[in-house]
Amino acid sequence: MNGFLSIRNLTVRLKNGSPILRSVSLDVAAGQVHGLVGESGAGKSMIGKAVLGTLPRALSVTGGEIWLDGTNLMSLSPTERRRRIGATAALIPQDPLTALNPSKRIGPQITRRLVDILGWSRQDAQDRALELLGEVHIPDPARVMRNYPHELSGGMRQRILIASAFAAEPRLIIADEPTTALDVTVQKQILRLIADMQTRHGTALLFVTHDLGVVSKVCDTLSVLYAGKVVEDARMHRFFMRPIHPYSAALLAATPTYTDPTGSLTPVSQAVIDGVEAEVAQHDARRAQ
Amino acid sequence: MRDARGDMRRPVGLRLWLSGGWLTLLVAGAIFAPWIAPKDPLMQDLFLGRLPPFWESGTEPGFWLGTDSLGRDVLSRMLYGARLALVVALVAGTLTCIIGAALGLIAGYYRGWPDRIISRFVDIWMAFPPVLFAILLIAVLGPGLWSIIIAIVVIDWTRFARVIRAEAMTQGAMDYVASAQVAGRKRFGTMLTEILPNVLPTIVVLLTLEMGIAVIVEAILSFVNLSISTDSPTWGGMIAEGRTSVHQAWWVLVFPLIALFLTVLSFSQLGEGLKDRFDPVLR
Repeated sequence: MNGFLSIRNLTVRLKNGSPILRSVSLDVAAGQVHGLVGESGAGKSMIGKAVLGTLPRALSVTGGEIWLDGTNLMSLSPTERRRRIGATAALIPQDPLTALNPSKRIGPQITRRLVDILGWSRQDAQDRALELLGEVHIPDPARVMRNYPHELSGGMRQRILIASAFAAEPRLIIADEPTTALDVTVQKQILRLIADMQTRHGTALLFVTHDLGVVSKVCDTLSVLYAGKVVEDARMHRFFMRPIHPYSAALLAATPTYTDPTGSLTPVSQAVIDGVEAEVAQHDARRAQ
Repeated sequence: MRDARGDMRRPVGLRLWLSGGWLTLLVAGAIFAPWIAPKDPLMQDLFLGRLPPFWESGTEPGFWLGTDSLGRDVLSRMLYGARLALVVALVAGTLTCIIGAALGLIAGYYRGWPDRIISRFVDIWMAFPPVLFAILLIAVLGPGLWSIIIAIVVIDWTRFARVIRAEAMTQGAMDYVASAQVAGRKRFGTMLTEILPNVLPTIVVLLTLEMGIAVIVEAILSFVNLSISTDSPTWGGMIAEGRTSVHQAWWVLVFPLIALFLTVLSFSQLGEGLKDRFDPVLR
């Protein structure tokens, strides 16, 4: 295996059999940031959910392997698997408004992870949580620890979620569109914060997004997903210079550039969509044989 | 970047004061009934039959709210009736709540086969006409305090199960539940620490509503003479007796009716008021 997280031929299907992920393979190297791009409905988030074992109950993994730090998660029992994931991976969720328990204060929600996963004492966890909140630039951390989630703004809550994701020093973090639910003005700060924290802690990061602009800022490598199929796997620099797959090229052309506000936006053309749809159909046909 | 949202505090509203006040009065009246009731609630005196309440002419001292056709003091009977009403409200309400909420929580959070079994059971259960069901149950169990309580629990747990199931499903789909699972928490533990606190405000509202309903059901049962033994005073029994003489002595019917109305209303208002106070999101 050549990644800290290695996904091999992962297939996820709806209960009725229709495929959501079609033999997805990708690698996230230790300490690197891997972007996962695609339009909505392409199955980006489902890859993260399949890894973490939080797929909606209508979906199930029907094939493939998920290697995390040299262990195939699919071969473990559910309990063993949950323990393994809890100890090595964490999630930065998409919507900061629903990702914190509304009936609990912030402090216990962060320290709980440290007590649960690392077996720390309450006091140590408390100190560490304060330190982490400082690290994500939250003013007056001691006060925020005593607040309820609804008493804080969306940007603050996303910072707290980032702090809590890094709390137990996981070696892999899955960030599922962490900036999508936020104000544009806050997005950039949060993005920079995630990148900073990633560099400082040396965590591998799987960054799920539909925004190529975001990818260009934080990722080392990326995969482009269409209809649950990886159409291109590339290193960052090469991808932006010479995208290989026509769909990737069209996606790049459809991204607004801030440096050229007069430049027109090119929608992904029908020909490109037909092409990639044909590929997907071909893939399904091969599977069916 | 200090956020002002944490500084809001809501004052105790008027409806919490009023409903709480009435219920406190009622609880005090029920507890101290033997000491504060002006007369023996069971003592009959046919010479003092159908005395009007104190502000009308032709009253006797001590009979504040008049007497019924057998000469029994209405106020004293209401105070003793409140004892039964409140015991039924508290015990039946709490038991219904615990059973219904537990089943609803399991169905809504675990889904799958536990949900299918519990939900089908609730569907079938709700198809029985509730009052007939209760009357049938008491006919089988025989009248008595525990029969009333069991009848209320048996017919009403479905209300809790339905509502709490829906709430648990909504909460279960939230990201914070997924986060707790990613952190390696067990499913049962997640249910208790993540879901339960968030459905608690709803449980409180339902519980107080259920207490009001329990008071009504007890009144209905005693109205049709299926409550506890006929010689203990109950509000429903008083209403039933007052009905026959409403043209000659309206007070025998009206006072217990007002007490019943205020009690049920207070329970539901108390629930709403408490929800406002305890729900961290509304607060």
